[in-house]
Amino acid sequence: MQAFLDIFDIYLLEAVINGILLGGLLALLALGLNLIFGVIDVTWICYAELVMIGMYGMYYLIQYYHLPYFAAAPLVILLVALLGAALHYLVIAPLLGAPPINQLLATGGVLFILQSFATVAFGIDFRNVGIRLPVLAFGEMHFSYARLLSFAAALVGMIGVYLFMTRTFTGTAIRAISQDRQIMPLMGVDAKRLYLITSALGGGLAGLAACLLVLQYDVHPFVGLSFGPITFLICVLGGLGNFVGGFIAAFVFAQIISLGGLFSDLEWGYVLAFAFFIVMMFIRPAGLLARRR
Amino acid sequence: MTPRYAMPIVGVAAAIALPFVYRDPYHLHILTLILIWSFAYTSWSVMGRFGLVSLGHGGFMGVGAYVTALLWNHLGVSPWIGIPLSMAAAGVLALIVGYPCFRFRITGHYFVLVTLALSGIVLQVITATRDYTGGSLGYTPNRAAGSHWLALQFDDKTAWYLIALLVWLVGLLVWRAIDRSMGRYAMEAISEDEDAAAAVGVNVTAEKLKITLISALMTAFAGALYCQYQMFISPDTVSGISVSLQMVFAAIVGGLYVSLGPTVGAVITILLAETLRISFGANAVGWDNLVYGMLLVLFIIFLPKGILGSVVERQRMLSVKS
Repeated sequence: MQAFLDIFDIYLLEAVINGILLGGLLALLALGLNLIFGVIDVTWICYAELVMIGMYGMYYLIQYYHLPYFAAAPLVILLVALLGAALHYLVIAPLLGAPPINQLLATGGVLFILQSFATVAFGIDFRNVGIRLPVLAFGEMHFSYARLLSFAAALVGMIGVYLFMTRTFTGTAIRAISQDRQIMPLMGVDAKRLYLITSALGGGLAGLAACLLVLQYDVHPFVGLSFGPITFLICVLGGLGNFVGGFIAAFVFAQIISLGGLFSDLEWGYVLAFAFFIVMMFIRPAGLLARRR
Repeated sequence: MTPRYAMPIVGVAAAIALPFVYRDPYHLHILTLILIWSFAYTSWSVMGRFGLVSLGHGGFMGVGAYVTALLWNHLGVSPWIGIPLSMAAAGVLALIVGYPCFRFRITGHYFVLVTLALSGIVLQVITATRDYTGGSLGYTPNRAAGSHWLALQFDDKTAWYLIALLVWLVGLLVWRAIDRSMGRYAMEAISEDEDAAAAVGVNVTAEKLKITLISALMTAFAGALYCQYQMFISPDTVSGISVSLQMVFAAIVGGLYVSLGPTVGAVITILLAETLRISFGANAVGWDNLVYGMLLVLFIIFLPKGILGSVVERQRMLSVKS
């Protein structure tokens, strides 16, 4: 019995730490979505599909053009950032005056487009970049380098965004326009340009997430569906547009998934997370750290 | 008979007579599919037209289909009892999710994302309980030999066509009944301004719950019907986000605010998918969704009222002018 408990604890600790590592990645995903929502007041339903395109970008750059990983990553981040800007320019900008639901559904259409574009262009096979990172053994616990690397990179990315938003003129303007989108244009701020920059930044974060996810998961056209919904839940749980709330919610969710997966299948971890989410909607309907207006 | 009712009655009579005159099984199959999906899209638009955009209807449809099939296979419960049970399950689910949403004023983006979570949950539960549901490989209700009323399984396409036609007509009647009820005005007031609606005495939570419940029950019924007709369901065809988005897409393209709008949407989407499938064969995988997605974006930008909605509006404008 004692031996059983020992093993159990080690596994538990491993699951908790893996949950924290997963949380970093989820927080990065949620950050991009929150940024877009907080500034432009639009939800990109297709956000996870942008990540999927980025993952395909990594796959092709590494497998076909034999670029080293760290050379491919900036290219992919740039590519997805451009995609984000294009998405804003082509789809969101014409709809800025429309009811918010229409903007959301239009990005739902983009989800269809990106998913089926990937199906048509890349096929439905599962693909892997073929980078095998070693597994780190720490005592009796095992962590993959891929997860540690993603966690670190996600943190760096988030700190970078934080510094950009607080220390640069553009970042300050973005924060200002998210507080009052009527007044800021009168103060001489070019709202259209700021929206484009924000969209590119959100896309860039999706690209960064893609570079990290591709290390851990195979890529296929529907990969977005496996982490897209959870990203939305995190954002809603944290309060849409609330960066700190999203950050906390990401770690809460990651723990639930990781611990739920320890006791049963991974799907049950997700089911638990979803159920937790609905219960939380009863308790804190406007998010963990609600900004009541 | 006033001329006002002449057109629909002649149309329905022609639709009933069709399978007795024209018996091509493939075309009847397509028509039946169109009718079933039209019913599902109509169920979505019952609440969607009031700004309650739900991406959880894939979940309701999945519950309807899977509960019916599981009860039949594992417990031998006839679909005649299984379908009401599955609808009840979907209704309970709708209340569980709907009540906090409406009570705590979760609207707009939040509502869409919460319902998105709902279809995510249903999809994950179906996949996770793969010992019973077959997971992502799909699920087939046990076949009773031949045509059986008790098992609600018919080999005859004509029977299915007539059932689907009847269900579709009932769906349209429900739509019409809501369109003419006080609830419609209450819901329109709510979608404009919840506080103002509450101030003039509309019970916001109750009205929203009512419309959501009706919509969820109808959608679950559509799912069960689809399962009985196709005799094969998989998480991807009856639940999840893509099915939810497909409903939204068809309803919007056809026109949200007219009763036949979702039907027009279903005709367009299914004919498009079939045409692409026939002309390109296996290479068509993905192309139909590519076209859907582009149409959806273009429609929302340029024609938010949908095809039929815009036609009806133009007719009305012309009649006002003359």
